[in-house]
Amino acid sequence: MSSEVRFTDFKSDKQPTWCPGCGDFGTMNGMMKALAETGNSPDDTFVVAGIGCSGKIGTFMHSYALHGVHGRALPVGTGVKLANPDLEVMVAGGDGDGYSIGAGHFVHAVRRNVDMTYVVMDNRIYGLTKGQASPTSREDFETSTTPEGPKQPPVNPLALALSAGGSFIAQSFSTDAQRHTEIVKQAIEHDGFGFVNVFSPCVTFNDVDTYDYFRDSIVDLEDEDHDPTDRDAAKDKILDADKEYQGILYQNEESVPYSELHGLDSNMADIPDGAPEGAMDLVREFY
Amino acid sequence: MPDDLNWAIGGEAGDGIDSTGKIFAQALSRAGRHVFTSKDFASRIRGGYTAYKIRSSTDRVQSVVDRLDILVALTERTIDENMDELHEGSVIIYDGERTEMQDVEVPEGMIGLDVPLQGLAEEAGGAIMQNVVALGAACEVTNFPIENLDSALEKKFGSKGESLVENNKQAARKGQEYVAEEYDHEFDYDLDTTDNDYVLLNGDEAIGMGAIAAGCRFYAGYPITPATDVMEYLTGRIERFGGEVVQAEDELSAINMALGAARAGARSMTATSGPGIDLMTETFGLVAQSETPLVICDVMRSGPSTGMPTKQEQGDLNMTLYGGHGEIPRFVVAPTNIAECFHKTVEAFNFAEKYQTPVFLVSDLAMAVTEQTFEPEEFDMDEVEIDRGKVVDEDEVEAWTDEKGRFQPHFPTADGISPRAFPGTDGAAHMSTGLEHNSLGRRTEDTEVRVEQVDKRNRKVETAREEEDWEVREFGNPDADNLVISWGSNEGAMREALGFLEDDGIDVRFLSVPYIFPRPDLSDDIEAADEVIVVECNETGQFANLLERDALTRLKRVNKYNGVRFKADELADDIKERLEAEEVRA
Ligand SMILES: Cc1ncc(C[n+]2csc(CCOP(=O)(O)OP(=O)(O)O)c2C)c(N)n1
Ligand code: SF4
Repeated sequence: MSSEVRFTDFKSDKQPTWCPGCGDFGTMNGMMKALAETGNSPDDTFVVAGIGCSGKIGTFMHSYALHGVHGRALPVGTGVKLANPDLEVMVAGGDGDGYSIGAGHFVHAVRRNVDMTYVVMDNRIYGLTKGQASPTSREDFETSTTPEGPKQPPVNPLALALSAGGSFIAQSFSTDAQRHTEIVKQAIEHDGFGFVNVFSPCVTFNDVDTYDYFRDSIVDLEDEDHDPTDRDAAKDKILDADKEYQGILYQNEESVPYSELHGLDSNMADIPDGAPEGAMDLVREFY
Repeated sequence: MPDDLNWAIGGEAGDGIDSTGKIFAQALSRAGRHVFTSKDFASRIRGGYTAYKIRSSTDRVQSVVDRLDILVALTERTIDENMDELHEGSVIIYDGERTEMQDVEVPEGMIGLDVPLQGLAEEAGGAIMQNVVALGAACEVTNFPIENLDSALEKKFGSKGESLVENNKQAARKGQEYVAEEYDHEFDYDLDTTDNDYVLLNGDEAIGMGAIAAGCRFYAGYPITPATDVMEYLTGRIERFGGEVVQAEDELSAINMALGAARAGARSMTATSGPGIDLMTETFGLVAQSETPLVICDVMRSGPSTGMPTKQEQGDLNMTLYGGHGEIPRFVVAPTNIAECFHKTVEAFNFAEKYQTPVFLVSDLAMAVTEQTFEPEEFDMDEVEIDRGKVVDEDEVEAWTDEKGRFQPHFPTADGISPRAFPGTDGAAHMSTGLEHNSLGRRTEDTEVRVEQVDKRNRKVETAREEEDWEVREFGNPDADNLVISWGSNEGAMREALGFLEDDGIDVRFLSVPYIFPRPDLSDDIEAADEVIVVECNETGQFANLLERDALTRLKRVNKYNGVRFKADELADDIKERLEAEEVRA
């Protein structure tokens, strides 16, 4: 069936309600293309989304999906994937969703290394609540809740992921359709937790981190002769605060996903009609 | 002489109190005696008083009483702490050579057995076995065949090597012989053994076992007293059945993982206690709104906030009934004894999937830390029935699609229950959400659809009210004018209290209710009785309030909220007092 799947099969018949020009359009298209090109179909894909403009993605795509509560999409994805390893699980959210309210879950999802893909639409602002500072907002970025700027350094999500033992750490730009799709594809194909931070500009509330800004500043790692398997090299790039990189910063080729480490390969939805065979042994243990 | 024995070992946390108590409890159970245990512990690992108490009889025991016959006291404080329960003739086993026990005074009228526990243990191979020496001494005092202790020691230490088992057996014998040789006292005890085979387990273990029996394959949790035993039980066991336990980073994560697994089609559960329930409440709403079957177990302890983490209370009932913003249909099931923890867990999974709702499985600390003996047949796995509800497969999907061929996971059926398709089912891809949605699962603010979906979800409760058997467990005299009602773990103490009340000429009918919502209608029972008392471990009478509302009448209450479970004799006194108070006024 997979060979017949086109990326438009992942499109829902509901028109996206994002502002015209929002970076999330490009982010989503790349995700759908990547899913189709890696041989997945809507019926074996599960998309988990958080809350925010970014979180609406599940509504605009067609697949099995859950639109959860703010910040908690990663644990949901973890549960889905562990329960049914046959499903392709993709988790999506915003920078506020993932690095603020969900920051704890992010670090632990990275550590857990469940074989799923996490795409963060990083617009460096809270979009849905109309323009407050997000964890990735610049120190001097003026917003409705930080009129003089947050006066605290932004979170570096790539550094968080690296320090937590991330096995696949990448960054892309929603408008660079081909590269973005390519990077998400590699995240899907990675055996473990594939993390992609996507620059996905908010045209309504962020007039600093704009398309023009990213176009001018992005450095593609493919032009840099970067070896993603070299952790030290990755560290240097990730901690380089002056550059916006695009590409795969780090990939651990020895990555063993959670399910494999824990010997989970069956679909937990399949259970017998009564107590499982051998259940009486559980009682005997209490003699 | 009394066959009903109350025994305890107490000392500092870290003295091995728990495992020693457990060994003795197991020995008694293996000798075919009924056992009921309870624990006194403070919320710290080292230091602080802690005790393990055992009540044992050849008859069934299901409560603690205010009486202690034999006390192994490793510290002087152990004696002070139990003064109220000690009585004339109580035996106190202690080690007078232990620095802190050198000046100990055995209270008047009691029998002190000064046994060099540590010295004898060293002779047997190591001071660490001093508690086992005490167990040997207790065997002598109670005329209890020491072979039963041997078998418990084998179970406990068998995996660690033959010599360790032998040394422990030796240690026990040294204690036994010492008492036999040094004291020529005729003790009053004679513990009978029987041929019965009992199993000995606590409420958390019963819940874990019920979960596996019910086909639960995914558990995510975060450690918290007194729910951790559920997780520890499942760990290492659920894997044998193809399942997985995940220790999440917090309760928010735990419930969301469990939700994810449930959406993927697994029978899934999380367990926690009050503070964790608070954290889970946000997602609880999502579980209900997305109509995901999930079992959420709340093993209650004293609140609010961190309250008294190692003490008993039934204070979360309102939380499970009303917790969460908005209005959310849910089931609240509260097992009334340890065996019921097993059965109600199985039932909770069936409710969850049949009605596609979250189910609160409410237990409490008293049940969680209590071990009790049961006939193994009470956990008959052949009787476990699994009902997965309206799950549709590829062939059935079409019947539930709209004119555009889209699957409708929230179709407003007559009974309120919609079709459910596991991810991976061809043609049924759909979205689930916490937003208000239409039959497709898509966001809506359409006023009519909103009302339709709210009604649909609530209709499931009505369907359940009609379809299920909301049984009540009934004890005592069915024709008595006095009616006592309780929920949760109070059942055991109350059943024994019936005996004490009968001795005083007081006739009582007792209803133990395992369902909080939906719950059986007790209005007629309440109306038919002269006096109605509701017994619960909380201050405000949360369950009594519900019943009052149901029956439109004012009920009397017995409430306990000092952190300790009801004791049968004390409960009988409280009930008597409540009944008499009315007589004076009348
Ligand atoms: C518990 C909770 N707190 C707050 C909110 C309100 N809220 C909705 S979206 C959002 C921020 C979203 O920001 P981000 O994740 O960056 O996504 P964006 O809208 O920018 O795509 C907040 C705070 C909520 N829905 N739930
Ligand atoms: S507010 Fe910003 S992030 Fe939200 S849809 Fe509009 S452009 Fe996109």
